[in-house]
Formats: sequence, structure tokens, C-alpha cells
Amino acid sequence: MIRIENIYKSFNGFEVLKGISFQVEKGEILALIGGSGNGKSVILKHIVGLMKPDQGHVFIDGKNIGHLKGNDLEEIRGRIGFLFQNGALFTSFTVYDNVAFPLREKTKSSEKEIRERVLKELDQVGLAGAENKYPAELSGGMIKRTAFARALVIKPEVMLFDEPTTGLDPIIAHTILDLIKSLHEHLGFTAIIVSHELSRVFQIAHRVAMLHEGRIWTVGTPEEILSSKDPVVRQFISGVTGGSLKLY
Amino acid sequence: MIWISKLGEITLSLLNRIGRMGLFLAKAFLCAITPPLKFSWIIKQIWFIGFQSTLVIFLTGAFSGMVLGLQGFHTLNRFGSTALLGPMVALSLIKELGPVLSALMVTGRAGSAMTAEIGIMRTTEQIDAMELMGLNPFRYLIVPKLIAGIIALPLLTAIFDVVGIFGGYFVGGKLLGVGEGTYFGEMANYVRIEDVLEGIYKSLSFGVIITWVCCYKGYSAGFGAEGVSKATTQAVVLSSVLVLFWDYIMTSLLF
Ligand SMILES: Nc1ncnc2c1ncn2[C@@H]1O[C@H](COP(=O)(O)OP(=O)(O)O)[C@@H](O)[C@H]1O
Ligand SMILES: [Mg+2]
Repeated sequence: MIRIENIYKSFNGFEVLKGISFQVEKGEILALIGGSGNGKSVILKHIVGLMKPDQGHVFIDGKNIGHLKGNDLEEIRGRIGFLFQNGALFTSFTVYDNVAFPLREKTKSSEKEIRERVLKELDQVGLAGAENKYPAELSGGMIKRTAFARALVIKPEVMLFDEPTTGLDPIIAHTILDLIKSLHEHLGFTAIIVSHELSRVFQIAHRVAMLHEGRIWTVGTPEEILSSKDPVVRQFISGVTGGSLKLY
Repeated sequence: MIWISKLGEITLSLLNRIGRMGLFLAKAFLCAITPPLKFSWIIKQIWFIGFQSTLVIFLTGAFSGMVLGLQGFHTLNRFGSTALLGPMVALSLIKELGPVLSALMVTGRAGSAMTAEIGIMRTTEQIDAMELMGLNPFRYLIVPKLIAGIIALPLLTAIFDVVGIFGGYFVGGKLLGVGEGTYFGEMANYVRIEDVLEGIYKSLSFGVIITWVCCYKGYSAGFGAEGVSKATTQAVVLSSVLVLFWDYIMTSLLF
């Protein structure tokens, strides 16, 4: 579904990605982990074509996203939901209008159909009753849920989650990841999750990729990563979880 | 010889920036003349740039007119021609002060807010989110401001001129004794339609300059809150300087 081939990216002469390659199969959940500032967000932005690699390619369903323009690019993007690190909600819109926006602007649905869809999505992410609030009035968890609903409303085949749990207290973080899991079972999207909430993410993900020094340091099932003897992997996992990570 | 290469570097980066700004304006105009236009977004911007500026324009217009009336009266008094106070005040306002001062006030009041708004949308990834929805951010964020600027500036300038003319009359006529018939009669004799058109052309182009510069600076704002505050300052300075520069060019070349 998603194939990344050897991408390089520098900003102002500073090389962030140094030859990244990995694949995500249809229906799979891949967890992307790695220290802060390692380029995880940059990778996700390459997948949707918000950033262009200096070298290398990104394929989605066999189509090279770097070569697409206009309607073809729009069509591919229409199949991808992106949850930005800070939600990227439109601050001048209510929760309802945020979720309704893509439908109003991109489809010919009537206001009544839109209302049904929006309320259903909000209900699905546990936000029923919050539709008239503005983003400034929402808690961190509610912002992520709204952004999630706005991404889901276009019925994406692929969901990219950029730190859906960062900045939330552990209990809320777990409910967000549980929500991702149950909606994945329900809707069957392909997903990449960037998260530091390793204990829960390792239960949800089919595979884990670890980014380190601009490369994919290691990829494997959660069990393989946890039993890895690689000192870098061991140090990262114990650093994030305080050394007490258990799967079950 | 190091300063020569420095100079070359500065020139290149300046040309590069001018090129980018030019492309930005071209893209905005292209989107403005092709459907779909977002009418509700345009109305909101006219309300923000236009209606919400009326008080500031009213006040600056009144005081500018009063100062012109006062200064003009004492200057003309030396030549014994205070009868020409009306046309002097009116021409100064219509041809120069009205368009320029209105543009500077709008830059300060609405332009800086425009840069901050777009800059924050850029750094909080709202613009990226819009693009990922397959929507062109220019249509929602830039074009409505550009069109609103083109509509609002001439109207605000007209308010400025009228209020200023009455401010001049208040000082020159009511306080210093120039007759009402003289003040407005001579004005009607000396002010030509070309003078009024000159003012309108100027304010139209100022509407473009302000929204162009302020939107561009916000749209290309750098990382974080620091990037936004820097962009806002730059937008106000650049927009004000460009307004005065362009005013000189138009005055000297076209009229
Ligand atoms: N638009 C940009 N311009 C310049 N540098 C950037 C940009 N986006 C990211 N970077 C840099 O790339 C590196 C990786 O950033 P990011 O992908 O956000 O890290 P993270 O893994 O925490 O998500 C950082 O050093 C960041 O400063
Ligand atoms: Mg990040």
C-alpha cells in the first residue's frame, strides 16, 4: 500500500533523512518510533507529498506521489487521513464546522446528509455533544478526537497519526490508542502511528519501525523489537518506558 | 574584494525574494479570476478590513483635515488668498493624504492582523491540513483578502476625504471665518474629475499592495511564534514603505 524507497532530505544543509526505506501493507498498522527531532513527522509529510524528497521515491498503491499533480494528487490525498501533531484544527470554526468542512467543500452532499455524517463521526470518537465548542475551549484529548473525526469523515483507506498521544496524560493517551484500535477493526484502514506511548502502541501495531540517525534502524514485530539485543533499541525502549516495558 | 561578493549575494537573495513575491501575487490573481470564489469568506474580510476600520479612518481623516485647514489658512493668509482654502484642503486630501494615510492606517490595523492570522495558520499546520483536503488555501485565505482590500480601500479613502474636507471647513470656516459658499464653491471650481480618479487609482493599488505584502509575509512565516512575530513586523514595515514608494511612482509617472 505504502512503499518508501531510499529517501533523503536535508533542511538548510542539515541532513535529516539519510536513505529511508520501508513498506506498509494494506490493513496493517505500523508503529514508527524514535527520538524527538529524528524526522518522524518529516517522513509522514513525505508520504502525503507535503514535502518532496531530495532523492528517492514514495509510492502509494504503486503511484509515485512525487510525480502526481492536480487531480491525480488530490485523488490520492482524498484516500489518506492525516492527524497532525497538534490537531491543526481551524481555530475560527466550531468542532462541527471543522468536521463538516471537507464534506461541504469537496462533496455535493446536502446539509442534512452532512449533519448525519458529522454527528456520526463525532459520536464514533466520543465527542457527541461537543459540536458547538471552539478549538480554544477543548482539552488536548478532545482536540485529537476532533482532528481524528475530521480525518475519518472522508472515509480514508490510510490513516497517518502523528503523535496522537503526546501531551496527554497516560489514561487519555490509552483511550485514544484504544479508539484507534477499535476503529481500525471496524473500518480496516492501513495506518502508521508515531507515538511514545510504547506499551499500548506495541499491543496495537503489527510491526514497529525504529528511526535513528536518519535511517530505519530496525523493523520487526513488537515481540522482535522487545527481545532485540541491539543496544540502541534497548536504550531507546528503556529510556522511554523507564525500563519496565512488558507486552502482556 | 569580499564586499563585492557580499553585495552580489545580497542582490541575488533580494531578486529571489522579489521573484517569489511576484509569483505569489500572480497566483492570487489567477485564483481570483477563476471560479469558485468563496463569497462568504470575501464578505467576512470586507467586514474586517473595511467596516472595522471606519472609526480609525474617521478619526484620522477628521484631524488631518483640521490640521490642513489650520496650516492652509495661515499660509494662504500671507498671500491674501484664504478664499482658496477649500480647493487646497480638498486637493491635498483627494490626491495624496487620503489614499496614503488610509493605506497606512489599514496596514497598521488590518494588515498586521492578516499576517498574524495567516502566519499562525501556517505554523499550526492549518494550511497544510487544508491542502491535504484537496483544497487550495489561496482560495480561502488569500483571494478573499485581496478582493476585500481592493473593494475596501477606495471606500475608506472616500470616507477619509469627505470627513477631512468637513474637518478643514470646521477649522477654516467656523473658527477662522472663511465663508461656506467660498470654501465649497471654490472647491467645486478647482477640483477636477481627474484629481478624484487619481485618488481612486492610488487607493485601489494600495489595496493590492497591503493585502499582497501582508498575506505573503504570513504565508511564508517561519517556524513557531517567533516566526509569526517577525513576519508581522516585516509586513507592516514593507507594506508602509511600498505604499509610499508606489505613491511617488504613480504621482510622477501617471499624472
Ligand atoms: N519545514 C522545516 N524546515 C526546516 N527544518 C525542519 C522542517 N521540518 C522539520 N525540520 C527539522 O527536521 C528535523 C526533524 O523534525 P521532525 O520530523 O519534526 O521530528 P520528529 O521526529 O520529532 O517528528 C528537526 O531537526 C527539525 O528541526
Ligand atoms: Mg514530530
